[in-house]
Amino acid sequence: MKIAVCVSHVPDTATRIKIGSDRKSIDPSGVTFIINPYDEYAVEEALKTKGILGGDTIVYVLSVGGDANRETLRKALAMGVDEAILLRSEKQKDSFGIAQALADEIKSLGCELVFFGKQSVDFDNSITGQITAELLNYNCVPVVVEFKLDGNKITAEREIEGGREVIETSLPAIISAQKGLNEPRYASLKGIMAAKKKIIIEKPAASSTDFTEVIEMSLPASKQPGRIIGTDSSAVAELVKLLREEAKVI
Amino acid sequence: MANKILAILEQREGSLKKVSFEAASVAVSLAKQLNLEVEAVAVGSEIKNLSEVGKCGIKNVTFLKNSEFTNYSSSGYSEVISNYAKEVNASYLIIGNTALGNDLAPRLAVQLKSGCLMDCINLQVESGEVIATRPIYAGKANFKLKLNSEIKIYTIRPNIFKADFSANENVNITLKEISNPNLKSKVVAFKKSEGKLDVAEADIIVSGGRGMKGPENFHLIESLANVLGAAVGASRAVVDAGWRPHREQVGQTGKTVSPSLYIACGISGAIQHLAGMSTSKYIVAINKDKDAPIFSVADYGIAGDVFEVLPVLTEEIKKLRS
Repeated sequence: MKIAVCVSHVPDTATRIKIGSDRKSIDPSGVTFIINPYDEYAVEEALKTKGILGGDTIVYVLSVGGDANRETLRKALAMGVDEAILLRSEKQKDSFGIAQALADEIKSLGCELVFFGKQSVDFDNSITGQITAELLNYNCVPVVVEFKLDGNKITAEREIEGGREVIETSLPAIISAQKGLNEPRYASLKGIMAAKKKIIIEKPAASSTDFTEVIEMSLPASKQPGRIIGTDSSAVAELVKLLREEAKVI
Repeated sequence: MANKILAILEQREGSLKKVSFEAASVAVSLAKQLNLEVEAVAVGSEIKNLSEVGKCGIKNVTFLKNSEFTNYSSSGYSEVISNYAKEVNASYLIIGNTALGNDLAPRLAVQLKSGCLMDCINLQVESGEVIATRPIYAGKANFKLKLNSEIKIYTIRPNIFKADFSANENVNITLKEISNPNLKSKVVAFKKSEGKLDVAEADIIVSGGRGMKGPENFHLIESLANVLGAAVGASRAVVDAGWRPHREQVGQTGKTVSPSLYIACGISGAIQHLAGMSTSKYIVAINKDKDAPIFSVADYGIAGDVFEVLPVLTEEIKKLRS
């Protein structure tokens, strides 16, 4: 079977965001970029599934973007993915454009099972997996914390408010990974060395029309720091009074 | 000619969720500003309180009903809603950004060849166009965006838009029995989590961080949460250490929350945590280190020992509630 994992290249979560001079994107200077944290769970699940299926299972990793994304693709290769494909697009596409590029490639590779991270921690849309699935007419379970494949049949648990839904569906399918699905492996030194030698296949990303137009990026109004009421439990009475009478939240 | 705004109402166990009234109110308000018609649609097997959306100014609700629709089915729900949206020529769809809304909206978008903007915190009409604001980087920045597609879908973050119950419409409910729903993908069971409340839905959250020193001390957090009717939250550090389950994690790789009151206990306030909770209406911080970054976003702080302060705070609130 052919399995695909789709990954994105995002600013580290410790990044302090600065707005770029175009007022529509971030100023990338001094920002460390990493593989999207949720995508590591996706890569791990793909490799785990390959381990179970064995035989001639191949895992591909796909990413839409520019040269910078090579670093993230290498990270997936170092973890043990077989082939990496960069779908080159210099322009920042919206989720629909990214999904279109991924869907075209998944189709031409013939991947029946595809893993995504549940969302990219940059734009936080959490929709690329679902859109890709709709474009391909694949089943899709997002925000998955348990995954089981039995022949053609999939049983997945997905996190929702107050609990987990157990979902039954079948291949071909897209699964988006939530933290908790597995414990991503560390790349071995051997893996890292091998990944350096691998050729990353490059193709132009399918063209698409964006539905979304960015008007402006801004920083949220910074909150005025409040007061420190005290340094021990003698301040509790005052705190409760403020919460009741000033904030009116209890 | 597209001409209608459709509010998608979400039900759980036969009852409309709070966010459904928020979606209905947003739809009514946009319809007024854009001079369009508005109606609502719901999917389920049995819904008790459909007519209550009349208070939000909705006159017509269509109930897409099938006995298999008690639980969500991505294939089933998206198919019947997109068919209905086409039938009535809906040009705008408003959906709550819940687990269901997040799954449903992008599927509807593809089926209706429309764009969608997720988790909006503001929807404003400027020169006849809807301009949406949505947080990015877990709230470290905001995007102002618009959609260029003919049909437009917006999901709204729960608890941000106030439901407006000032209207008093007599609701006309149209029942549509759905035959042969598409159940390629279906929910076969629901496993309720042990915690009483989910951080994503709670009005008050009491969160603990590394300052709690170990999982055995979280009973102090749970006791306070109990007396307040609050959900228990956690920082990434304590989730990664295995002290608390991931579903409680607040922050950039956890949940972004906006409760009325957020009480941070023994949390220093790493940037990725602050991103996830700084839109809370009121923030209380209890932390020994008076220079901890959490105090820079807190409305009220106690720069003291959580182990000494928490039991007293719990007692004080218990007295107040009794």
